[in-house]
Amino acid sequence: MTSTTARTRAQVAPNRAPWPIAVPAVVAVLFLLVPLIGLVLLAPWSQLPQILTEAQAVAALRLSLITATLTTAISMLLGVPLAWVLARSRSRAVRWLRALVTLPLVLPPVVGGVALLLAYGRNGIAGRWLYQVTGYQIPFTPLAVVLAQTFVAMPFLVVTVEGALRSMDTGLEEAAATLGSRRFATFRRVTLPLITPSIAAGAVLCWARALGEFGATITFAGNLPGRTQAMPSAVYRAFETDPPAAAALSLVLLAVSVAVLLLLRDRWLRPGATL
Amino acid sequence: MTSGAAFGSPAQGSGRAGLHAEIAFSRGDFTLEAVLDVPEKSVLAVLGPNGSGKTTVLRLLAGLLALERGRLEVTDTGGATECWDDPATGLFTPAEDRACALVFQDYRLFPHLSVLDNVAFPARARGLRRGESRQQAEVLLDRLGLTALAGRRPPQLSGGQAQRVALARALACEPRVLLLDEPLAALDARTRLEVRSELRNRLHDFAGVALLVTHDPLEAMVLADRICVLEHGRVVQFGTPAEVARRPLTEYVARLVGLNLYSGGLGGQSRVTLDGGGTLVTAGGEESTGGEQSTAPLHEGGRVLVALPPSAITLHPQAPLTASARNTWQGEVTGLELLTDRVRVAVSGAPDALVDITPAALAELELVVGQQVWLTAKATEVIAYPEPAGRDER
Repeated sequence: MTSTTARTRAQVAPNRAPWPIAVPAVVAVLFLLVPLIGLVLLAPWSQLPQILTEAQAVAALRLSLITATLTTAISMLLGVPLAWVLARSRSRAVRWLRALVTLPLVLPPVVGGVALLLAYGRNGIAGRWLYQVTGYQIPFTPLAVVLAQTFVAMPFLVVTVEGALRSMDTGLEEAAATLGSRRFATFRRVTLPLITPSIAAGAVLCWARALGEFGATITFAGNLPGRTQAMPSAVYRAFETDPPAAAALSLVLLAVSVAVLLLLRDRWLRPGATL
Repeated sequence: MTSGAAFGSPAQGSGRAGLHAEIAFSRGDFTLEAVLDVPEKSVLAVLGPNGSGKTTVLRLLAGLLALERGRLEVTDTGGATECWDDPATGLFTPAEDRACALVFQDYRLFPHLSVLDNVAFPARARGLRRGESRQQAEVLLDRLGLTALAGRRPPQLSGGQAQRVALARALACEPRVLLLDEPLAALDARTRLEVRSELRNRLHDFAGVALLVTHDPLEAMVLADRICVLEHGRVVQFGTPAEVARRPLTEYVARLVGLNLYSGGLGGQSRVTLDGGGTLVTAGGEESTGGEQSTAPLHEGGRVLVALPPSAITLHPQAPLTASARNTWQGEVTGLELLTDRVRVAVSGAPDALVDITPAALAELELVVGQQVWLTAKATEVIAYPEPAGRDER
C-alpha cells in the first residue's frame, strides 16, 4: 500500500525530466566538466609554486593583470557614455550603430587583431599618420595588448550597461528634470547611482574577457615574453615546450574565472538570469 | 473662461497673478484643447475620467511635453509675466527651468537617496553645496513634521509617508506652480482620508498656483477651490465644487456626484418635457449658488438640464392615492445595488431613474428585478438650469 503510494508520488513529481531530455543533459554536463576536472587533477600541484614564480610566468601574470585592468578602465570611461547614447537616443541611425558596436562580440578575435593591425599598424590608415607625426608605432607594444583587449572586451560592458539603462525607470530622470536638474547632473546624481550594479557587473565581465583575450592580442601585439606576452599567450607558448607549466598557468586562469563567477553569482546563478 | 474661444485672438495674460494656459495638443486620434486660468493662492482640480487628457495637461504644464498651439504664462504679483511655452514664437522653457514642481502619481522618489537627500535634491540641482542643501531640507522636513523620516530610504516608507515626502520634495523647489497627479490614488482608503485633510491644509497654505488632477470627485471637492471637468480632451464644466455638485452639465459629472440628469425643453407651468420621454415639474426658479457659473434666467421654450437626487425619489408598489408630490410616473425595476447604507434601485421608465432607498424600505417593498413600481418626486427637489450652448456638439 505504502509502496504504491510512493511510486505514484514519484511519477507525478513535477519537472522530473523524461529520459530523452535527461540523457543529453547529463552528457552535456560531463562534456563541460570532464576537461576542467582533468585540468585540476593532472595539474602539477607539487611544482606549482616553482612554475608560477618563474620570471616569465610572473611577467605574464603581471602584464595580464595590468592590461586587463587598464582595458576595464578605458571601457568604463568610453563604454558607459556609449551605452547611454545607444539606450536613450531615438535616432534611427543608432540601431545600426548598436549592431556595429556589438560586432566584436561575435567576430572571431583573430579577425579583430588583423583589423587592428590594418588600422593602427605602421602602414595602417591611422597608424601611418601616427608614425609619420610621432615616429611611434603601436603594434607589438604593451599598448597594443590593451587596445586588442579593449576592442574585444568593451562591447561586453556596453551591452550590459545598455540593458540596465533600458530597463531603468526613466520616470526618475523625468522627475529629476521637474526638480530643476540639468541633464548631465541628472546622469551623475540619478542615472549613474541606479545603474552602478550593472556597471560593476559589466566591468567584471569585461575584465575577465580581457584577461582571457588571445586571438586579437597575439595577432596585433605578438607574443614577446615580458613585453606583450599575457597569460593566454604564455599558456600557448608553454604548451609547446613545457606542458606541465601550461597546465599550471591554466589553473590560475581557471581560478580567476571561478572567482568572477562567484562575484557575479547574484546576476547569473539565479534562475532566469540573463546577461 | 472655459471654452476654446480665446484661440486665434492674440494671446494675452489676464494680468492677474497666476497661471494662464491655453492648451492645444494632439497625439494620434486624441486632441486636447483647454483654457485654464488659475489665480495665485488658489487650487484648481482637473476632474475627468481615464483618457480625458488630465495627465497630458500636467505634463504640458511641467514642460515634459510641448504645446502644439496655445500659450503658457505665469504672472507674478508684481504683474511681471513669464512665458513658458509659445509655439507661435518657438519659445519653450524646458522642465528644469520652470518654477514648477510636479508630484507624480507614483511619487518617483529616488530610491538610492535618503528622504533628506531626496528633499535636498532641488537645492543641489540649483547648485547649492551638499551641506547647505541638506540644512534647507532639514528645515522644510521639520516644518512639515517629517523629521523622523529623514534618514530613511524610500523603499522603507509607507504609502502615506512616501506621498508626504514627495510633496515635501516638490515644495523644496519653491515652485510658483505646484502640480499634483492623482495625489491620493496610490493610497489605501484609511491613509487616503488622513493624507487628504493634511494635503488640504498644505495646499491652502501654498502661496502659488496649485493644480491637481484626479478622477475622484470627493478629492476634487475637498481639495480644490475650483473644479474643471475634462472629458475627451475638452473642458465641459468649470465652477466651484458646490456648483459642480448641484448642477452637473454632463452625464459623467452627474454620475460622479450621484444625481439623475435629464435634458429637455421648458414648457409652461415649469413643466420640462424630457428628451428621453416623460415630463418633470420643477418648483421654478433655481436660486443662484453664488458661483461663477452662468445663472441666466430660465425662459419658456428654452433648453434646460434637470437634476434629481436619487434620494429624493420615492418608490411605491401601487399608484399612490394622494398626489402630494407633483411628479408621478411608472417604471420597471432593472437592477438593485447595495451601497454601504442604502440600496440603489435602477428603474427604467419615462424617464429612467436611479432611486436610493433604505434596506428597510427594500424589505418592505419586496422589490425584485422586473417588478412594476410607481415613482414620485417633489417638484422642489427637481432642479432645472439652462443647458450650456453646444453641449451636444460632440
